[in-house]
Amino acid sequence: MSRLRDDYEKTAWRRLVHFVNGDKEAGEEAGYAVETEKTAARIREEFFEEAKWNRRKEETDTIVSQYAEWPETRGVKYFSRIYGLLAAVLCVSIIVFLLITVANLPKFGNASNPINNEVSERYIEKGMEETGAVNIVAGMILDYRAFDTLGESHVLFIAACCVLILLRIDVKDKTKKERAEENDRIYEPKNDAILQYVARIVVPIVMLFGIYVIFNGHLSPGGGFSGGAIIGAGLILYLNAFGFKKTERFFTMKTFSTISVIALAFYAFSKCYSFFTGANHLHSIISAGTPGKLISAGLILPLNICVGMVVACTMYSFYALFRKGGM
Amino acid sequence: MEFFTFILLTFLVVCAISVCLCKKLLTSIVIFMSYSVIMSMIWIILESPDLAITEAAVGAGVTSVLFFVTLKKIHAMNDRKEEEDEPTQR
Repeated sequence: MSRLRDDYEKTAWRRLVHFVNGDKEAGEEAGYAVETEKTAARIREEFFEEAKWNRRKEETDTIVSQYAEWPETRGVKYFSRIYGLLAAVLCVSIIVFLLITVANLPKFGNASNPINNEVSERYIEKGMEETGAVNIVAGMILDYRAFDTLGESHVLFIAACCVLILLRIDVKDKTKKERAEENDRIYEPKNDAILQYVARIVVPIVMLFGIYVIFNGHLSPGGGFSGGAIIGAGLILYLNAFGFKKTERFFTMKTFSTISVIALAFYAFSKCYSFFTGANHLHSIISAGTPGKLISAGLILPLNICVGMVVACTMYSFYALFRKGGM
Repeated sequence: MEFFTFILLTFLVVCAISVCLCKKLLTSIVIFMSYSVIMSMIWIILESPDLAITEAAVGAGVTSVLFFVTLKKIHAMNDRKEEEDEPTQR
């Protein structure tokens, strides 16, 4: 089809022909024709573009083929050599830096060290009297520095939430959940007799020890965090031996959220007045009791229990989420 | 006691270096576990039993267990067994 004129579609005669033939609105039709003309031009342009591109690609292909072997032979060699060199330089420089810092530290146990100031003196001399805790560390972290410990517990809780967001599999997605549960036991026997027998003996002892560590946090070494970690480890052992069905009788997602939120809320509310006044050591309504007794030291024992519960729940939930993406 | 501390510290350094140089991930996690156990003994010698309990429970216990689970998830554990099993499964 030969082209007459570029603006042929727009001429009056053409419009009249359209009118007589009873076509659509002449102007519209003409516009459509112009549109097709434009697309045709674009296609042509694209074709030329493509041809140009192909030519360029051929050129680059020839260049690439010349150096195709390069990364596998010389490139990797250069890269690994430079990488190793830089890694060694970085490692050595960090070691030198740290050793210089260590050499400049004050002598260990020296009386004039900056850590031997009035703060630690006060904690050591008056700690037992003011907090009622025989274990000075517990008195410090749950009474003088209770705010820091609250932050620590929240960090753990937030970490558990992040793992939940990343690893949790939707309960409604049945196939995915089943696959995860099936995948869970690939390399393990399902009901290992030896493991179950050992767990039956060890788990109660581990749990009792954890509870002992938590409840004696203000009297002996330990406290909420360590005791909670021990209980969490015991729960993990129980889960490993008996599987998810048995643990789900007493520990589900609901238990986790309830225990964590109640423990953290209790901690925050019981110490809120102290936090509000800038963590000044105020005279508490709860008496410190006689140091050395189990029920003593004011709020330290309940706070230890709170921290322990949060930590135990977090440890267990980490493990459960890592294994099958749910609790 | 000083001699014992010296032995422990030497073990600590050996463990720290061998964790980096170990090719197998499983082995390096076990070495990392032993590093935590040694570290908890050193905490007791430094007279901080609180930290020793926490280190033994978290460092040697929970962290390594999480590492093991992760290795299982990415199928990096007992790879030889997997290679044997795969043809039969297909």
